[in-house]
Amino acid sequence: MSRSSSGPRTLADKVWDAHVVHATEGEPDLLFIDLHLVHEVTSPQAFDAIRLAGRSVRRPDLTLATADHNVPTIDINKPLVDRVSAKQLEVLSSNCAEFGIICYPMGHDNQGIVHIIGPEQGLTQPGMTIVCGDSHTSTHGAFGALAFGIGTSEVEHVLATQTLPEQRPETMAVNIEGELPPGVTAKDIVLAVIGKIGTGGGMGHVIEFRGAAIRALSMEGRMTVCNMSIEGGARAGMVAPDQTTFDYLERRPHAPKGADWGDAVEYWRSLPTDEGATFDKEVHLDATTLMPYVTWGTNPAQVVPIDGAVPDPSSLAGAEDRDAAARALDYMGLTSGTPIREIVVDTVFLGSCTNSRIEDLRAAAAVLDGRRIRFGLRAIAVPGSRRVKDQAEAEGLDKIFTTSGFEWREPGCSMCLAMNPDKLAPGERCASTSNRNFEGRQGRGGRTHLVSPAVAAATAVAGHFATPEDLDR
Amino acid sequence: MKPVTVITGRAVPLDRSDVDTDQIIPSDWLKRVERTGFGAGLFAEWRDDRDFILNNQDFVGANILVAGHNFGTGSSREHAVWALLDYGFEAVVSSQFADIFHNNSILQGLLPVTVSQQVDRALLDAVQADPTLELTIDVARGTIEAPAAGITATFSLDEFTRERLLNGWDEIGLSLRHEADIDKFEARRPDWLPTTV
Repeated sequence: MSRSSSGPRTLADKVWDAHVVHATEGEPDLLFIDLHLVHEVTSPQAFDAIRLAGRSVRRPDLTLATADHNVPTIDINKPLVDRVSAKQLEVLSSNCAEFGIICYPMGHDNQGIVHIIGPEQGLTQPGMTIVCGDSHTSTHGAFGALAFGIGTSEVEHVLATQTLPEQRPETMAVNIEGELPPGVTAKDIVLAVIGKIGTGGGMGHVIEFRGAAIRALSMEGRMTVCNMSIEGGARAGMVAPDQTTFDYLERRPHAPKGADWGDAVEYWRSLPTDEGATFDKEVHLDATTLMPYVTWGTNPAQVVPIDGAVPDPSSLAGAEDRDAAARALDYMGLTSGTPIREIVVDTVFLGSCTNSRIEDLRAAAAVLDGRRIRFGLRAIAVPGSRRVKDQAEAEGLDKIFTTSGFEWREPGCSMCLAMNPDKLAPGERCASTSNRNFEGRQGRGGRTHLVSPAVAAATAVAGHFATPEDLDR
Repeated sequence: MKPVTVITGRAVPLDRSDVDTDQIIPSDWLKRVERTGFGAGLFAEWRDDRDFILNNQDFVGANILVAGHNFGTGSSREHAVWALLDYGFEAVVSSQFADIFHNNSILQGLLPVTVSQQVDRALLDAVQADPTLELTIDVARGTIEAPAAGITATFSLDEFTRERLLNGWDEIGLSLRHEADIDKFEARRPDWLPTTV
């Protein structure tokens, strides 16, 4: 159903309106999709269905595939030990070859996590519609694109038609005013937002992140925030494009060139939410009150400041929350009242589509420079793409990681989701820069605490949760 | 897709909130390239616990899953829906579904039934008290009923989705009715928009 397109509009509404191919009262709008990203996990059954129905891929030139979830992050030149993973990777390559889709397989110069490579190639641009069979597609909203995750049936739909029928979502403004205190990062902003609205609080909504604290973030930081919109249940997360966005994009391989650049920027400048436009919901956070956060439970809304303690389930309001908290503490092997800083970790994971960009690696390396990680602790740093890895090595970050005791790995999703050899063992406790602390997410029985790259690095040094400032005390 | 009209049967009470798709189908199962056979992986890690509700013999053969608030959160994996269907579920009841899970369900003909938190609670309690309780879900009327427990409630579904379920319409076919509009739209896209080649 379409809302009126006259009067002041939000960023989300403008992007939506510009992509309606067909609208009929009482039916979803048919939206054109500007970019379809594909990976090996959610696409094989879609390609099969296309073949079975005798259909073709309408716009291979608007489709890009990469291998990320299954790829190992060591010994990538050897045959995969896991034959099931190997087959899935082979099927991606053969499907792409058959349908004429560009694919960056393991080892390719442009390979990486799908949500890292789109922006880095300049394919992710303001005002676009972007989909992928992956919930963290919300990442691309950092550029002012409308980007959302879809299931395999919808992947098939986009392959066949380059469109998707969609109900227009509601809009939610998340305003983060003021300046972040030193040591507080984009990851902490989004953990605070999820803690406030809950895992289902954004359901049916596109969130627009607004306010001085968002404007002050780099593109990397904005991507971290939008990436985890889905953890608040939102359909998508967006940030209005501005000079920071244009500076990031200019001269990227697929960014507009020459006179086109001027035309594009002029259009992009028209996208921010109009003065007087209204949102269906508004949430406010004061940036000056934010702190580094650590999750204690088994969903990302179960989060406290690092200065806090493991909560007492009986102190929570609703019966469902109390039950969920009690079950989470049991799974996590935690006791109510334990200060977060006293929780000892076995492993630190720096990586994932949330925090594996160059800025994340720099933030962690700045903490690790001249220090060693705690004896006996396992720590891995996994760049989000081959390009990020090359840049980090050019800056000497790999040396800082390896000298500190971190392992320096090949790009991929790695320990975010236990689909490749990087996993937690049962009971193993991990400080992770990824996005989900669900039961078993990083390996069966594994215990995940979500944190920022700076806290992850400091925790690796201290052996228990810590901020970089703690290390100087 | 085959039409979904009336679903009658017994239910399993999964009295947990925020059930994420990593629990519904753990990621190990996502390495498969087939669309069938995911039933064995449904709630695989939870099923290793003998006390988990799906291991309770009283609920064997039930075709409706009644869950707590915010079901299907997290990953977009459609495998979660395939696993529920393959296991034998035809409908899931909750007071809120995650958006992507909801979309995936509709497209695969697994009926998501969104009821109020009070009705959800009442159904969970009634099914826990009486595993033989029969439920009837009527898509055309938008009702869910358990007469023996005195429960009658409505659930919302937009009209277009309701028609699609009742008729089993193929969504790609529906979109391709507008192929001429897609052609026209493509012709007027600005040249500077990126291609992947």
